[in-house]
Amino acid sequence: MAQTVSKERKIIVTVIAWSIGIALFFPIFWTILTSFKTEAEAIASPPSLFFFDWTTENYAEVQSRSNYFGHFMNSVVISLGSTLLGLLIAIPAAWAMAFSPTPRTKDVLMWMLSTKMLPPVGVLVPMYLIFRSVGLLDTRIGLVLVLTLINLPIIVWMLYTYFKEIPGEILEASRMDGASLMKEIIYVLTPMAVPGIASTLLLNIILAWNEAFWTLNLTASKAAPLTAFIASYSSPEGLFYAKLSAASTMAIAPILILGWFSQKQLVRGLTFGAVK
Amino acid sequence: MTLKIFMLGTCAAALLSGLAQAETLTIATVNNGDMIRMQKLTDDFTAKNPDIQLEWVTLEENILRQRVTTDIATKGGQYDVMTVGSYEVPIWAKQGWLLPLDNLGADYDAADLVPAVSSGLSQDGKLYAAPFYAESSMIMYRKDLFEKAGLTMPEAPNWDFIADAARKITDKSNEVYGICLRGKAGWGENMAFLTATANAFGARWFDEKWQPQFDQPEWKNALSFYVNLMKDAGPPGASSNGFNENLALFQTGKCGMWIDATVAASFVTNPKESTVPDKVGFALAPDAGLGKRGNWLWSWNLAIPAGTKKAEAAEKFVSWATSKAYLELVASKEGWANVPPGTRTSLYNNAEYQKAAPFAKMTLDSINAADPKNPSTKPVPYVGVQFVAIPEFQGLGTAVGQQFSAALAGQTTVDQALASAQQLSVREMTKAGYIK
Repeated sequence: MAQTVSKERKIIVTVIAWSIGIALFFPIFWTILTSFKTEAEAIASPPSLFFFDWTTENYAEVQSRSNYFGHFMNSVVISLGSTLLGLLIAIPAAWAMAFSPTPRTKDVLMWMLSTKMLPPVGVLVPMYLIFRSVGLLDTRIGLVLVLTLINLPIIVWMLYTYFKEIPGEILEASRMDGASLMKEIIYVLTPMAVPGIASTLLLNIILAWNEAFWTLNLTASKAAPLTAFIASYSSPEGLFYAKLSAASTMAIAPILILGWFSQKQLVRGLTFGAVK
Repeated sequence: MTLKIFMLGTCAAALLSGLAQAETLTIATVNNGDMIRMQKLTDDFTAKNPDIQLEWVTLEENILRQRVTTDIATKGGQYDVMTVGSYEVPIWAKQGWLLPLDNLGADYDAADLVPAVSSGLSQDGKLYAAPFYAESSMIMYRKDLFEKAGLTMPEAPNWDFIADAARKITDKSNEVYGICLRGKAGWGENMAFLTATANAFGARWFDEKWQPQFDQPEWKNALSFYVNLMKDAGPPGASSNGFNENLALFQTGKCGMWIDATVAASFVTNPKESTVPDKVGFALAPDAGLGKRGNWLWSWNLAIPAGTKKAEAAEKFVSWATSKAYLELVASKEGWANVPPGTRTSLYNNAEYQKAAPFAKMTLDSINAADPKNPSTKPVPYVGVQFVAIPEFQGLGTAVGQQFSAALAGQTTVDQALASAQQLSVREMTKAGYIK
């Protein structure tokens, strides 16, 4: 028997959902709004919501001072590169763990996750020395490698969860039909796990795009992505909030647009297997 | 034959173009007005030095500190010129991480550098960093509010007068607070202000044997005075206010007085940013009648890391950016008021600068009043007015700052905060080997 939901309850749930949504989006909205104010208006108290002299001078200043496109391209290469490389390693790893588990599989998964528990600054100096020795400081390839390794546990965990939902019998059937291991992964497993792989891909692009410890510490000028671009507008001695907001808006715009257009895919992937 | 000649020609051209390629200097710097201005004016340098190209890495102060420290400690060699604070220069020079600046050029005139500033950057008579701009701290106050309250600010006030004036000016119903002071925890935040203020009260971080002194009455006097004053006449939530938060409060007309970096003078008097540009007066940081003023000394300097392979070109750049000619260049392009202050004595003898910058004399007097080698009334084993120039100070200063910030927020008492500060300082200094 289908459960009926009362009208009042629907309204309450909708209001709560919208309130949470607005609260989560408000900082981004405020950043965008501040980017169109003058520095004086940015610190005005009480702040004005819409009734101020809108200006694009902050964007002009940011454009003239920084090489936005260079930082943007670095962000694209680093986030896409690290995610794709991560997937390439994680898909076979997650397959093995999901469909050929050993008594140690759970321990291996926990061990992988434990690498995320170390504060990154604890290994900054050794990493810096290794990067210096192999000539990877301030290079895109260096950051692709680091971000791949950092996000690999999350990618493996996510894919493992999705793969576990796929009935092993289907894979067995393909094996019976003579499919090799590679064919099984490419033609049988991957198409069925597309929503999961897509959401893993999107989530890791977002994580890599926003990563602001290694991308700031292992770069100088050539490979510096948009995180370094934002950091160059922050100052503890001087109120440059409007310019900082303009730089932040320019840095988050691409990923925000990507997230907006792929939200269906993202939600579908994240809730994959949650409801049976 | 033709192909052979073509190949040889191509190789020769490639080789020559490689040889003729300009040397590129990577310069790490902080994001503030004077540094950004320097970036805009680098055409002048590259025109004079066509074989040198400049690449800038501009960062927020704390990120810059973390990155350049990692790079210099590991001899990473990512930067050829670094912007380094006056806290780091003596420590890094002692470690051999910085190159001495021996070839700044015949017309550099190092004797013209403000002695209070250059002495902190020198070791064994050698300059290890060239000052780009220097600042001290001073009082910025609202002349209109003082007039309304029937008060006259002396040029060199004491703390009793300041506290009395702050309480009289405070009008909480109209959101006007008598005094705005730093409260946010951090060695460069509240501890810069409190260490300098404590000096005026006769307190010091350590005695001659590196024993922490937070259990002494001078610290109790200083901290109690600060906490009580802020409770009576400070803005709400002061324990999370740093330079920027107080700047915003002052610029929006909510502070009667603000004691902070002299660099703020150009912000609060700028009509584009401030709502009170023509109502601001300046005075020396207050004393407590013991002969020391609570004003600090800070400079941002250009230094060359020992790991660079382009030392000669880097020194050319440092010389250009900190020269007298650079000050004139800024004046010609942006006006005298925008010249980086505090580094050269000749600037303060310049009539045009004095006219354009009403805060010029106060800035120089404040810088000269600070003595990094004798910061307190009692002898100390360290160098630094608002900091202690030892590597452990960043961590220790921030930990003590957290205790004092908690006292300001009312989460702990002054006595408890001082006891905790003493305990953790003794522990850290023993661990670091200063206390035997």
